[in-house]
Amino acid sequence: MAITYTSGEQVEVYRFSLPATILIPLTAIFLQAWLPLRFPILKIFDLPLLVTIGFATARRSPLAGLFTGGLIGILQDALTHQPIGLYGISKTVVGFGASSLGIKVDVENPGARFLLTILFYVVHEIAFFIIARGLVGLHMEWSWPHEISSGVANAVLGILVYALLDRVKQRT
Amino acid sequence: MDVLGRYRNLIVLVTVLFAQVLGLAVQVKRTSDSEPTRLIRVWAVGAVTPFEEGLHWLQTSTSGVWHNYLYLRGVRAENRDLKQQIQQMRLEQVRVSQDAEQAHRLQALLEFKEQFISQTMAAQVIGWSGSEQSRSIYIDKGAREGIKPDMAVITRDGIVGKVLQVFGSNPLERSVSQVLLINDQTSGVGAILDQARLQGILRGTPSGDVVLEKVMSDETVPVGELVLTSGGDGIFPKGLPVGKVTKVSPGSELFLNIRVRPAAQLSRLEEVLVVTRIDERQAQPEQAGPMRAVDILAERLPTVPPKQDPATQGVDKTSAGQPGAAAPPAPSPQMAGDVKPKSAYAAGAPGTVTPNAAVPNKGATSGAPSPNAPKAGTPQGAVPNAGVPSGGVARAGIPSAGVPSVATAVVKKSAASAASSVSATGIGLAAATTATTQPATAVTKPAPKPVKSTVAPKPQPAAQDTPQ
Repeated sequence: MAITYTSGEQVEVYRFSLPATILIPLTAIFLQAWLPLRFPILKIFDLPLLVTIGFATARRSPLAGLFTGGLIGILQDALTHQPIGLYGISKTVVGFGASSLGIKVDVENPGARFLLTILFYVVHEIAFFIIARGLVGLHMEWSWPHEISSGVANAVLGILVYALLDRVKQRT
Repeated sequence: MDVLGRYRNLIVLVTVLFAQVLGLAVQVKRTSDSEPTRLIRVWAVGAVTPFEEGLHWLQTSTSGVWHNYLYLRGVRAENRDLKQQIQQMRLEQVRVSQDAEQAHRLQALLEFKEQFISQTMAAQVIGWSGSEQSRSIYIDKGAREGIKPDMAVITRDGIVGKVLQVFGSNPLERSVSQVLLINDQTSGVGAILDQARLQGILRGTPSGDVVLEKVMSDETVPVGELVLTSGGDGIFPKGLPVGKVTKVSPGSELFLNIRVRPAAQLSRLEEVLVVTRIDERQAQPEQAGPMRAVDILAERLPTVPPKQDPATQGVDKTSAGQPGAAAPPAPSPQMAGDVKPKSAYAAGAPGTVTPNAAVPNKGATSGAPSPNAPKAGTPQGAVPNAGVPSGGVARAGIPSAGVPSVATAVVKKSAASAASSVSATGIGLAAATTATTQPATAVTKPAPKPVKSTVAPKPQPAAQDTPQ
C-alpha cells in the first residue's frame, strides 16, 4: 500500500482523554514487565514503543510526541537497573519523529502504519544502541536480521495496538 | 523571534534530549552501590508491582485449581517414576555422603572454615525489567521482610542472581526487590569448574548467554563439566551449582571462551529462594558414621508379616511396653508413606519402638528414645541434613525432607527367611541386620511376589554392621 502525502490542513488531529493518556502507557509498561515472565518469546515486543508511536501519530504534535515518548521511556527505564534516560532519549526521538511524520503522511491505513512501525523500531534501536554504547559503556551487539525481524513482529502487533488506540482517540 | 517560533519544536527537542543526556552522564559518573534508590524508580515500581502481584495471584490461583484439582492426568505414572527416581537417588546419596564425609574430615584436619546457608526466604517472581538489555526480575519480598542488597538468590536447580535494589523501607512503598540475573552483562559471579578446579568469573553477555571468563587458554575444559560457585565473590556460598559447560572455544587474548548453560531456568522463574543468612563454621567430620548402601537398603527392607500363632502374639503383647522391646509391626495407617514421624516416640514406654518409628529418616528430631533403646529403632542418625527446615538448602545437597518412605519394597527370600527365624518382636531388626551382611546387589533383587511390608528400622550403626 502506498503512503500518500497530504497537506497539514487535510490531516485530522486527535486527542486522548486524561485517563487514557495515563492508563494506556502504564498498562503497556506493566504488560511489558509481566507478560515475558510467562511467555519469554514476547520479549521481542516493545509495547511502550508502540504506544508512543500510536499516540504521536494520532496527536500529530511534535511537542506532545516528544514529551509522551520521553515520559514513557523514563518510566520504562525506571524498571531496569540501568541509568535512567536510555529509553527516555530513544523514545523522545521516536515520539518527535513519529508525530512530525504524522503531519505529512497519512498514517490511518494499516500499510502505512506497518512500515512506519518498522522504521521507528529500527530508529529506536539505533538510538538506544548509540546511547548505551557511547554514553553508558554497555557492551551491545547489533544484528540486522534480529532487528528487522523484531521490527516486523512489532509492526504486526502495532497494527492491533493502533486499532485499539483508534477506539479511544477523540477528534479535536 | 521568528526563528525561535519557526524552530520551536526542534529547539524543545534538543533541549529535552540535552537534559536527558546530561542526567544520564551524571548518573553514569555517580553510579555506586551506596547510592539511594531514585524516586522515579520507586514511583515506577509502586505503579507497576501491585498489578503484577494481583495478576500473579490470580494466575497462580487459577493454575493451582486446575493443576491440583482438575488436571491430574498422568499423575500416577509420574508418581511411580518419581518413586523409582528417589530409590536410585538414595543409592547415589550413599556415595555422595561418603565423599562428603571424607571431605569434611580433610577440611577439619586442615582447619578449613566452611560456609553454609543457614536461612533462606522463599519469594515469588512477579515481574521483569521489561528490557532485554536489563536482565533483572522483581520478587515480592523486600525491605520489610528483611531482604538486603547483595543477598544471593537461588533456586533448587542453581543460582539465579543477587538482590540489587530493595524497596519497602518506607511504609508507603511496596515491599519488593529487584534481582540482577547472572546472565546480565553487568553481573559477575566467582565460579569454579567442578572437575578441573579452574576458577573464573561468570558473566552475562548482551545476548543473554552466560560465559566463564578468565580461564587460561592452555587449560582443558571438557564440554558438559559442571560449574559451581567458588565463594570468591562474597555473595554466593561456595559449591552451589551454576550450570554446565556447553561450548569451549579460543577467546580473546590468553583466555578461553567458555559458554555455560545456567542450571536454573532464568527465563522461566516463578519461585526463588533468597539466602538471608550464610554462616561460617569450622569444618567438622560428621559425628554419625556415613550411611552405607546396606543401611539404606535395610531401611527399605520390609519386615515379614508375623505369623499369627497365639504364642507369638502372646509374646508381642507381653513384651510391648518393656524396655528394649520392639512393638509388633502391626498394620498402621502411618506406615505407608507417612512422613510425619514426629509422634513416633511420643507414646509408649522407654525403649519401645512403636510401629511408626520404623519410618526412616524423615526429619524427625524430637522424641529421642532412651539410651537403653535399641539403636535399630533410631531412625535419624545417619542421614545428613535430616531435619533441615523447609525452605532451607541442605549443605551437602542431599534432600532432607519430604522423601516418601518406601512402603512397597520387596524382599529377597533369604532375608525374609532369616528374618522369620527370629521372634516376631525382633523381625525388623533381624531383617535389617541380615541385610547388612549381604551384598547390596543381592538384597535389591526383587522377589517374585511383593510382600506387604513395613519399613524396617535402621540397624545399629557400628556394632552390628559388617564391613563390606
